Amino acid sequence: MFLARVYVTLKPAVNDPQGLTILGGLHTLGFASVEQVRMGKYLEIRVDAPDADAARAQVEAMCRKLLANPVIEEFRFELDAPAPAAG
Amino acid sequence: MKFGVVVFPGTWSDMDCYHVLDTVLHQEVRYLWHQETDLGGADCVILPGGFSYGDYLRAGALARFAPIMGAVADFAARGGLVLGICNGFQILCESGLLPGVLMRNRHLQFRCQWVHLRAERATTPFSGAMQPGQVLRMPISHGEGNYYADAETLAELERRGQVVFRYCAADGRITEGANPNGALRNIAGIVNREGNVLGMMPHPERCCEPLVGGADGLLVFQSLVQSSLKALGAV
Repeated sequence: MFLARVYVTLKPAVNDPQGLTILGGLHTLGFASVEQVRMGKYLEIRVDAPDADAARAQVEAMCRKLLANPVIEEFRFELDAPAPAAG
Repeated sequence: MKFGVVVFPGTWSDMDCYHVLDTVLHQEVRYLWHQETDLGGADCVILPGGFSYGDYLRAGALARFAPIMGAVADFAARGGLVLGICNGFQILCESGLLPGVLMRNRHLQFRCQWVHLRAERATTPFSGAMQPGQVLRMPISHGEGNYYADAETLAELERRGQVVFRYCAADGRITEGANPNGALRNIAGIVNREGNVLGMMPHPERCCEPLVGGADGLLVFQSLVQSSLKALGAV
């Protein structure tokens, strides 16, 4: 069992109204040091695969097919060595 | 003309579409459940508005894997007429049947209001009953209608005349103030390159009788009926 931590983020050129609103909120709270906020998605996916390469290939395919929309989003992921299933 | 109205879990405009086609326009219409794989001989398939699969992950992202969507894609590839309204537009973009994507509204608000649209093209099967440049009044009801495509795709859409509807002021001018969601170039509706698949954010099915505040939406459905009669050589 492998654990993939997948990050889906907007491409740098794509406007991020949610990030801008969060930026405004942080400024309102007094965090004047904040220069930029970009919001994305984080997914944890447990994959049953014979080895890390196979797991990586599967997660890559999942990202391309469903998890990220290539028109506006990019993805990256980290794969953890065999981890016990939760519960 | 035979219409098929696709119903996903979470679709909410299916009954409005059915009502307009059946009761107002006296056309043959049936619902198509998302698990079906056959379009039942429909001449035109409508993907109505709503929140298919709860809009989870991204609006329209999961609906595109529903069994019915394989049949819709084959139908579109053969030149069949497909109309996606609101969530239907989002599904068509996620499916790759239309270019671009509908992002979160720029101001992050859900907007339920009347807007004005300018019909940029009256030569599609979805707008043939309109005059070029005609201003229509229709409601919108969405949180993610902010049309985005990269510069190259946008230029291509404009060059090929694929932008069918733009948000405009009451006098037809394309202004920033008339744009309810931040859509690039005030885009409210586009067709594919072949002209047989249209996606639009406004809801024509909700304005087809004076009783509900306006009837401009009828022009979209009348255009479809007209185009099918033309195809049959009846007019």
